[in-house]
Amino acid sequence: MKLELGYIPIRDIQFGPKSKVDNNTLYVNKKELSALLLEDEGIASVELDLARPGESVRITPVKDVIEPRVKVSGTGGIFPGWCAKVRTVGTGRTHVLKGAAVITTGKVVGFQEGIIDMSGEGAKYTPFSKLNSLVLIIQPKEGMLQHAYEKALRLAGLKTAEYLGKLAEHLEPEEVRTFETLSVTDGIKMYPELPRVGYVLMLQSQGLLHDTYVYGVDAKQTLPTLIGPTELMDGAIVSGNCVSACDKNTTYHHLNNPVVEDLFSEHGKTLNFVGLMITNENVYLADKERSSDRTAELCAYLGLDGVIISQEGFGNPDTDLIMNCKKIEAKGIKTVIITDEYAGQDGASQSLADADAAADAVVTGGNANMVIHLPAMDRVIGSIDQVDHIAGGWSGSLKEDGTITAELQVITGATNELGYNTLSAR
Amino acid sequence: MNQIKVVHYLNQFFAQIGGEEKANIPPEIKEGPIGPGMAFQAALGDNAKMVATIYCGDSYFNENTEASIEAILMMIREQKPDLVICGPAFNAGRYGVACGTVASAVKEKLGIPAVTGMYTENPGVDLFKSSVYIVPTKDSAIGMRDAVAAMVPLALKLARGEALGPASEEGYMPMGIRKNFFEGKRGSRRAVDMLLKKLAGEPFETEFPMPDFDRVPPNAAVTDMRKAKVALVTSGGIVPKGNPDRIESSSASKYGKYDLEGVSDLTDVNYETAHGGYDPTYANDDADRVLPVDMLREFEKDGKIGSLSRYFYSTVGNGTAVASAKKFAQEISKDLVADGITAVILTST
Repeated sequence: MKLELGYIPIRDIQFGPKSKVDNNTLYVNKKELSALLLEDEGIASVELDLARPGESVRITPVKDVIEPRVKVSGTGGIFPGWCAKVRTVGTGRTHVLKGAAVITTGKVVGFQEGIIDMSGEGAKYTPFSKLNSLVLIIQPKEGMLQHAYEKALRLAGLKTAEYLGKLAEHLEPEEVRTFETLSVTDGIKMYPELPRVGYVLMLQSQGLLHDTYVYGVDAKQTLPTLIGPTELMDGAIVSGNCVSACDKNTTYHHLNNPVVEDLFSEHGKTLNFVGLMITNENVYLADKERSSDRTAELCAYLGLDGVIISQEGFGNPDTDLIMNCKKIEAKGIKTVIITDEYAGQDGASQSLADADAAADAVVTGGNANMVIHLPAMDRVIGSIDQVDHIAGGWSGSLKEDGTITAELQVITGATNELGYNTLSAR
Repeated sequence: MNQIKVVHYLNQFFAQIGGEEKANIPPEIKEGPIGPGMAFQAALGDNAKMVATIYCGDSYFNENTEASIEAILMMIREQKPDLVICGPAFNAGRYGVACGTVASAVKEKLGIPAVTGMYTENPGVDLFKSSVYIVPTKDSAIGMRDAVAAMVPLALKLARGEALGPASEEGYMPMGIRKNFFEGKRGSRRAVDMLLKKLAGEPFETEFPMPDFDRVPPNAAVTDMRKAKVALVTSGGIVPKGNPDRIESSSASKYGKYDLEGVSDLTDVNYETAHGGYDPTYANDDADRVLPVDMLREFEKDGKIGSLSRYFYSTVGNGTAVASAKKFAQEISKDLVADGITAVILTST
């Protein structure tokens, strides 16, 4: 399975009479896009806004971040199961509007959306402060239930990313990178000396708006399976999450999975990147046992020497993480796990809800309980009234002067457990 | 900043007063550095001055902790130092505890930064590593040079009020305090690098060491319960009414051993729970719910078990330190073995 990614850098974003990419600037026709989104009968109103790196702008409550992409060749279309028919993606060529993003906002659950600051202290912690973003502020029709609102918001984000991505279909990319996964047997023949490495990607699937979708299927109703790493790059995995902002994997993260990128960069040099397995994080013990058993069996079946396991969320999923780690290590396969920590505001509490001696190689995305002070911003996109209620905030987090004192938890993507950031803790 | 004023704390031995025969001397103070203080002064150079040395006998300190600390703090306060250095104590247990106690009190009561040094197995480490900066040292005074070299940069930073980096960088024992910082590489890249090292059998450093677990593999199953001599041990806090040993409702410091001779049922007249971590209503109503004496008496009568032990053991597992639990278990298991017990039922809540 081979995919070429063609990158079209986006350095500015503007509204204009015609949606297009011109001279690295993304122009958006407000009216045309709004009309497209209002086709969804559940949506009462759509407001569009822009945020650029360095601006004194605060975006909240953030639900998802999505990168605009388009399939130029190969089977299927971007976001299969949502925007395109269910066909296997991950081959041919895909164009990426690098440096651009779609950010969806709306008060779905309230305490489980996040904050993105485009400048100041908060901007250091979120990768999304560096992107030229189109922000969707979407209000549901009256009486719409939370899960229906979540779905409407999710679809609006994907449709917008698809709409913008199409603008790059016929453009010449500045850079093209190729990613290829060999069949198991070809890999063995080609790299007989290299350690065989796999990646176990854990997907949030606790239910009740803590969900992730794979080709349109709710991950909590799936068994662990192999999936081509390049399939992720075409949007095979979509976030439907309303969980703590700091360590949920947005759709942007799934499209740009850093473990996949870094394993590909070592593929054929220091290791043989054999494959990617997705597994879920369900709440029932039977589900946890079944999924971690399956994952370990898959790793053994592939004859792996080493595995990286990444987590999503915290607390309850810590048990899935440790079960995966223990069972894979028990097969004689070496593991490194990526997680984050909830060590208390003073950093003195035990960081994880579960632990085991088998987990002797841990990468951390930092302590999500760390208290940060965010300066006031000139402009707020969305609405500020949820700040006191967001997980990581408290009554009085938002001061009258617009400054915020809260835990790092409130910032979208701050302690990402795919290892997207440089933040760590000791 | 003006020259930093340092007060040094030593025991009778390092203060060159004498060995064990002088371990009972009360705290005293002398001007300037003594013994290891000379090495500290040399390493500190012009940055700081060892203004005074306080010393105390290890036995005296540990037998009169409150009085000793009071006297020592008074002496330190008079010197108005910017920093207090204690030891290093290497593997001397009583000295380590004294150094930790002094350093911790200086920090808490006087607001003056303090640093000490100890061997990793010194009992002072477990007691004070979460509250005091302890630099790891060798197990004897052979390691004095290295200890001084490691303690001085940290001491200067503390005295100057500079922000400290993580323990691994600054050279003190991890205090269990997690601090965020930005690494050079992103997490995924660090994970790949760590995995490559682990696969190659090379040393690697985990970013989050798992908490230490003292896992004990369970014994093989009892083959014939009809011959077993069974004892009951609980962390559910069941005690004779009135809690005669005053076992604490939380963070227990002791356990109790109680006689079951002639007891075939625990009732609310004679038994209760000392546990403060769960709703005690049902345990107080019928303590057999936590410590099943009634059922075991029946089993005994029916020949399903050999016999029930004459004694049961009880403590409270509510917030009780692992170190305390371990100590209780070691004592209890010795007792059980001596009594010829062949099976134990452990109940919790």
